[in-house]
Amino acid sequence: MRLLALLVIPLVAAVAAYLHHGAGFRNAWLLAAAAAHLTLVGSLWVVPGPPVFGDWLALDALGLIILTVVTILFAVVALYAVGYLRTEAPRGGRAFVTCLLAFLTFTSLVTLSHHLALLWVGMEATTLTLAPLVFHRHDRRSLEAVWKYLVLSSVGIALALLGTFFLAAAQVDGRPLLIGDLVMSAGTMQPSLLRAAFVFLLVGFGTKMGLAPLHAWKPDTYGEAPSLVSALMAGALTSCAFLGLARIAQVMSAAGQAAFMQPLLLAFGLFSLVVAAAFMIGQTDLKRLLAYSSVEHMGLLVLGLGLGGSGTYGTVLHVLNNGLTKGLMFLTVGNVVLVTGTAHVPSMRGVLRRAPLSGALLLAGLFAVTGSPPFGPFVSEFTILGAAIGQGHPWLGAVLVVLLAVIFIGMARPILDVLYGEPGAVGSGPPAGGLRLAGPLVLVLLVLVLGVYLPSHLRVALARAAVSLGGVVP
Amino acid sequence: MMDFSGLLLLLVVFTDFWVLGTTRMSSVIRAAAIQGAILAALPLALHPGLSLHMVGLAIGTFAIKALLLPAFLHRAIREASVRREVEPVIGFTASLCIGAVAVALSFAVAQRLPLPEAQTALLVPVALATVIVGLIVLTTRSKALTQVVGYLILENGIYVFGLTQAERVPFLVEIGVLLDVFVGVFIMGIVVFHINREFDSLSSAKLTELKD
Repeated sequence: MRLLALLVIPLVAAVAAYLHHGAGFRNAWLLAAAAAHLTLVGSLWVVPGPPVFGDWLALDALGLIILTVVTILFAVVALYAVGYLRTEAPRGGRAFVTCLLAFLTFTSLVTLSHHLALLWVGMEATTLTLAPLVFHRHDRRSLEAVWKYLVLSSVGIALALLGTFFLAAAQVDGRPLLIGDLVMSAGTMQPSLLRAAFVFLLVGFGTKMGLAPLHAWKPDTYGEAPSLVSALMAGALTSCAFLGLARIAQVMSAAGQAAFMQPLLLAFGLFSLVVAAAFMIGQTDLKRLLAYSSVEHMGLLVLGLGLGGSGTYGTVLHVLNNGLTKGLMFLTVGNVVLVTGTAHVPSMRGVLRRAPLSGALLLAGLFAVTGSPPFGPFVSEFTILGAAIGQGHPWLGAVLVVLLAVIFIGMARPILDVLYGEPGAVGSGPPAGGLRLAGPLVLVLLVLVLGVYLPSHLRVALARAAVSLGGVVP
Repeated sequence: MMDFSGLLLLLVVFTDFWVLGTTRMSSVIRAAAIQGAILAALPLALHPGLSLHMVGLAIGTFAIKALLLPAFLHRAIREASVRREVEPVIGFTASLCIGAVAVALSFAVAQRLPLPEAQTALLVPVALATVIVGLIVLTTRSKALTQVVGYLILENGIYVFGLTQAERVPFLVEIGVLLDVFVGVFIMGIVVFHINREFDSLSSAKLTELKD
């Protein structure tokens, strides 16, 4: 029942928010749905929920971890949105709140779906619910961004549907397309069709994750969308897309096809890191810089998955760390941009003096997002790096260290430029209020805690998720 | 019945080439609409038992792919008053040739795929050819609206492939897929409308402000 409530609550709130014309009512629906969703997910950590609809909707460890990322991010973004819609001229605030809530419904659907075709339906729906939000500003640049986003994501996700049908064709035993049955009967699957399915699903969900070279839409979309929408995309949407890829990886490793899958994942991962590093150097737009950072972290996720073993554990932990850190970065940059009036690095100076709290958050976020101690991403990146070196890929480990160093410099230079220096004359918006600061503060605390201490519940879930993907616990 | 479904599949390929070879936008949309109608008839021809599942799928497909979306796209070009695809990146003859190669390739690939049922002999190559034609239209045409039709053709190809698994994929999911495609094309259409108003042109080639 609670699993169903995770879908129904935001959906009802979305409809209700659309019917209300008063901004106060809409905000109340948004916050109430976010709080209820967060509470429900919290209760699922304590007492697991039974599957519904004949195993179509169920919650395993991997799904729960990603659902947790989604719900925490959404709660934070909901608070932020209330403050944001107050600051920025509310253009169609009704559609804005409704799309946000619909997004929560469909991301929850993706994390709960154990039927892979249903997962596809949810994934495509998340793409569509965010399109109006990307186009929020209604100018030429956001128009171009939303067009690229729609066309590339739709084509990618269409190929994922083809992959899903190939998977159905490959399956011989068990109920069609249910993940449990697929894993159980993986040994009897038709190998060549399974491989074809994997390639299509990798390209499809890889496009949604924004793996290079399928990332063309990403900098444009993240750069033009309102920051809170970019936060949801980089933190929640990409995690859901990763879940789609992880599901097929589960089947592949159960079918003994790891040797076919791993080189492909390693290649995509490494290439994503190279592209991210190359395009970060000299990047002058803070939000586009973060978009390439997202390409980097998606690369790390598939790299860990491709390494297998303890790399898989690192990947599962990194989903959590990356989701929360990306939320922190985009929301903080959003606050900074509202102060300076631009995301153009050379025109932003002295943020630390003009908005000390946002500046401090940006500094902390810089260290978190580049995987520096004591923040969470350090632990997960280090696990992935350790897996590369410890499992017979020392050259890969060496390349990884160099790339991460280049990326650190590429991120640190523009962000430090923005933080220090004399405040320029351009833009003089007020510093962020409580609602817009609460979220990033919560997120920075969570990322910090994840860096030093993992609660036992979480450790058990991470271990289970890693094992279900064919990995081991380091 | 076998022969009838084979005829329908050949008609799907025919409409693929119609889309590739025509310059008038209203004609492209009409071809997509006819393809949608053929696709609606396919599940009935392939599974003659008249099950509720197949009838529902046929009705849903016909409503969305043959009626609603084409009507919506026709309205979009009327409002934009654009009639022709003028400057394709690759000429029409060339894209027809690529289409022919794609069909040949699809048949070659499909023969090597170890798919069990005999009824799928034509289904898989036609599906793959349609997917490729959709991709060609998407990437080589400069009008945003024609690209939307390309996406629709691509989806149609995947739908045909899905018919090989129609008995294994539940009806609810199929309707979900159809609805997603419908809303997707609908939102794309709205974006095309905004592109037209903003740039006074339906050409997506003008979208060049964002780059590194």
